[in-house]
Parts: sequence; structure tokens; C-alpha cells
Amino acid sequence: MDARGGLRLEGLVKRFGDVEAVAGVDLELPPGRLISFLGPSGCGKTTMLRMIAGLEQPTEGRVFVDGDDVSDRPPHLRDIGMVFQSLALFPHLSVAGNIAYGMRIRGVDAGRIKARVEELLELVSLQGMGNRRISQLSGGQRQRVATARALALEPRLFLLDEPLSALDANLREQLQVELRLLQQQLGITTIMVTHDQREAMTMSDLVVVMQDGRVEQVGPPLDVYRRPATAFVARFIGSTNLLEGQAMPNGRVKVREVELEVGEGLSAHAGDRVLISVRPEDTVLQTDREVGANALSGTVVFVRDLGELFECYVDCGLAENVVVAGSPRDRVPVDQGDAVTVRFPPEACVVVSG
Amino acid sequence: MSERRRPTKGTYGVLAVPVAVLLIFFLIPFAMMVATSFYHRIEGGFYEPAFELDSWERLFSSVFLERAGFSIEISLLAGALCIAIAFPFTFFLTRMRRRAHVALLILVLSALSLSEVIVGFTWSVLLGRAAGISNILVWLGLMDEATAYQPSFLAVLLGMSYIAFPYCVLTLYPSLTRLDREVTEAAQTLGASPWRTFWTVVVPISRPIIVAGFLLVFVFTLGSYLIAAILGRPEHWTLSVFISDQASFNANVPFAAAMAIFLTALSLVVVGIVTIIESRTRRLA
Repeated sequence: MDARGGLRLEGLVKRFGDVEAVAGVDLELPPGRLISFLGPSGCGKTTMLRMIAGLEQPTEGRVFVDGDDVSDRPPHLRDIGMVFQSLALFPHLSVAGNIAYGMRIRGVDAGRIKARVEELLELVSLQGMGNRRISQLSGGQRQRVATARALALEPRLFLLDEPLSALDANLREQLQVELRLLQQQLGITTIMVTHDQREAMTMSDLVVVMQDGRVEQVGPPLDVYRRPATAFVARFIGSTNLLEGQAMPNGRVKVREVELEVGEGLSAHAGDRVLISVRPEDTVLQTDREVGANALSGTVVFVRDLGELFECYVDCGLAENVVVAGSPRDRVPVDQGDAVTVRFPPEACVVVSG
Repeated sequence: MSERRRPTKGTYGVLAVPVAVLLIFFLIPFAMMVATSFYHRIEGGFYEPAFELDSWERLFSSVFLERAGFSIEISLLAGALCIAIAFPFTFFLTRMRRRAHVALLILVLSALSLSEVIVGFTWSVLLGRAAGISNILVWLGLMDEATAYQPSFLAVLLGMSYIAFPYCVLTLYPSLTRLDREVTEAAQTLGASPWRTFWTVVVPISRPIIVAGFLLVFVFTLGSYLIAAILGRPEHWTLSVFISDQASFNANVPFAAAMAIFLTALSLVVVGIVTIIESRTRRLA
């Protein structure tokens, strides 16, 4: 069972008329993992998934699964299971009928179908609900039926197109955990499309961040969060402070009149424009008058305490306010209008490309 | 959730117009027809108010019952034929690109502007010997000499189906347009070829509208009489032809009235039976 479903995409391009939905993607994805395609709507992530499923023909490029070129195979010969955004359950069939559909098509014998349906119902915690009609189910139950149906034939690839988008926030979080545990239990190669960074962080082994039909960054979720490659990734995953400055010959970055030390070696040439990303929770708020190393002085513009999180907006004379966040327990007593210093620890300063 | 508003006087006022129209132009004439069916027929002329069952008794003559059976048979066949062609047609129409889709739909619906008389005579020429399609077959060398395909049963069936086809497409169109594309895609990701997807997903999901379209064509063709009169021999005449024949040529209005009422009742019975069967099997499925 293991090591099935390794996926390689080569020079994948999809154009709809004049619109380039996917603009040249090369990716090699490991089997047995949950991989998320993450990006804003219209970034081409769903089109990529549909090309992997065979529901969309690539304009250029090839799709390989376990080394086999499947680019010209129609979807019904690709050995995939897919959960659609609308779930796309068959309204004329019962829960069991939906789950059994793929097996019936393959001509699996009735006894084995029955046993497998029971097994799948148990897998998605819907025991005893096989005879229900789809219209009698709640949103969460429908989602589970769609999952069971897609897994029935033990496909090489399990594809999820915004599988939880129809559910309310609480149920969503719960099902994110359930789906992830199910995927780990089965060890099935899973590709999920989502625009929700929390969902991607919760569920994925690997995140592929996309924008405008291109891949911006690939990596484990925390790596992508901590070391975003581009300003877009830094903004899209979590929130961030982007500081614009100039590369100095000494390897530091000059922001306003202050030279900041950055975490990893600066590769830009002296004089180049450089962007630094610092996460709000990594910045430190200080009330002492003295501006220490790697810090900017500023004025508090706005303070809010959300109970689980404390946030302070500071005007440091940059294009945007610097946001400092932290646990309310470590809250520094400041008020609107106070003069403060914001320190950016060097290891938290990540140089990103425009 | 907003509370459902109670009907006001205004609502009833709006309803009054259609109700009045129905009453004046449908219910009252129908009642008059019922009354006429019991009237006494004056040979070679008119009829006079009376209460006799002569016209109703004639309904049970074997000729009449045979005609009734024939009418139902050909209308059921026309319904089946229309659905068999219109359903796949409409399905693929809704899956086409927007521009082709709209153009084709307009083309089909433009057939609605043709009157039954024109359609009847056009088919009569097309299926005739002098200038019909058999001449093309002769020209292609597929046949030795031109023949006439009408009058015949198939010609009547064809003509009726032709007229009903656009109505059938119109009935199927809205629900097939709304059929979620992802549902058919889901079937394909589960291993069903496009052909099997059509039969195992599209057709079963669409069953209620297939039945609706079928019934529409059935009722519609049951009332058509020009086509049968133009394209058929007397043995292909439907009940409707008989009714107009009795009313206009034999001047037997009471008998025509009785037949018309019978035909209405008959179509209601068939519609009722089909509806019951449909809902039964759906519940069993």
C-alpha cells in the first residue's frame, strides 16, 4: 500500500482563451503525504487539481503518477478518488448506494460491496446510516459520505477540492482534524486545494503556495510560515510586517536611518532594495527611551486585546504601521500616543523577494 | 426567517382575473359541452335540448374503442420517441459552449412558429413520391424508384413527434441546465465512462422531468388531429380526427361532445397512472 501515488508535474500550462490559469508548473510531490495547494481564488490551484484528475486537459505539459504518464488518460481510468467542492453526491442514491457506486461500476460482487460499504461507513463514523437518503443528512454527514465514496476503491490519489468550504467554522475545524487523522491512518497520497491557510497548516505535510498560476513556494507548513520566500507568501500565510530598506555593504539592511541585522545571510548587492518580513509575534515592544540594536522608535497608534492575543499598532514612520502581537500575559502597558521602541530580533528578520 | 405573509384582499384581487378567465373560457364551455353530450341530435341538421344517453352509448361501439386505443398507442409512442431524441439532445445542448448552445436552442424553438398545417403539408411533400426524400435515395443509387412513405402510421408518428419535439426540449431544458456538472464528473472519477455516467447518473437523476416531458408530449399529441388527417389513412386517424369529423361533417355535435369528454377523461387517467407508477418506483428505489 505505501509509496503509491507519487506525483510529478512537468511544465504544466492551462489556458482558457486568453486567460492563463496555470502558467508553467513543475512539481515533484512525494507519495503517502497530504499536500495542499494553497492560494487566493483564481490562482490556478483548482485547475491544477482538475488536470491531475483528468477533468481538464493541460494546454501544455505532462502529469506523471508513480512514473506513469497519465496525461492522456480520461478521468475514469486514472485510479483517483475525489471530493468536490459541492460534494456532488448522487441525490437518487442512498448513502450506501453512493459509497458503492464505484464498486458497482467495476463489477465488484454484491457480497464484497456490502462488506466494504460497512467498513467505509465505520471509517467515517456513519455506522447504520447506509439506508438514509442524501437529503436527510446534515452538511457534516454529507461530507463524510463524499469522503467514503472517494476512498471506496482505494485509489492511488485522493483529491480534495475545498472539501470543507460548505461547512460552518466549528464543524470545519473538527473535520479538518478528522480528515487528517484518516489520511494518516490510510497513508494515502492526498492533494487538497484550499484558500484557508489555517486549514493548510492544520492538515498538510507539504504546502504549495500559488499565485497567478505559478508556484510561489513549496515546503512544510511551518517552514513556509517561518521562512516565506516572497512578500506574497509572507502576507498570505499569517500576517506580517514588511519593512522596506536598502542592502548595505556590511550585510545589514538600512531601514529609515537604522541598520538592521537580518537572520540569514543577505544575498542582495549593496544598494539594492530589500524587503524584510517580521511576524508580529516575533517583534518586541519596549517602553525604554533608549533605542537599542535592531530596533525602530515609533508612536502607538492603536491597541487591542482580544483575550487570546494582544496587538499593538505602532507608527514607525514607514509606509505601513508595524504590528506587534503577543500573549496578553506578556502585555506591555502602553496607550495610544505613547512613544515606544519596536525591536526586530535578527533571527526573526527574513529577507523576502518582492 | 420571515413570517409567511397572509394573503390580503389585494392578493385575491390579482387572482380574480385569471380565475374569471378560467371560468368564462374554460369551465363554462366545458359544462356546456357536457350538457350538449346529452342533447338530442336532429338528423341532417342541428340538435335540441334533451336528456338522452344515445351519444354515450355509441362510445362503447367497437369502432370507437378501437380508435381510442389507437390514439393512446400512437401518443404513447410519440412520447417515447420524443423523449428518446429530446433527452440526449437537450443534455448535450446544455453541455455545449454557450454560443453554440444558444444558437441551437433558438433554431429548435423557431420550429414552434410553424403552424401544424404547414408542418403537416411539408412532411407530406417530403414523404411523398413526387418530390420526397426517396428521390434523393434513388439519386444516390440506394433505391430503384421513388416511393411514397405517406400516408402511413410512421408518417403520422413522425409528424406528431416533430411538432411536439420543441415542447419536449423546453420541458427538459431548465432542469438539465441546473444539473451540477460536478455530479457527472464525480461519476467519472469513480470509474464510470461518459456513456455509463449518462445512464447511471444523468438519466436516473432526471427521471421526474423525463416523466413530465413524456406526459406533455402524450397529452399534446392526443389532441392533435391535423397531422393524422394529412399524413394518415382513415385507419391511422386518431380520436381527435373522429371528433372533428363528427362535429363538422356529420353534424353530430352531441356525439362529438361525448367523445371529447371521454378523451379528456382518458388522458387524465393515463397521466394519473404514469404519475402513480413514477412515485411508487421512486419510493422503492
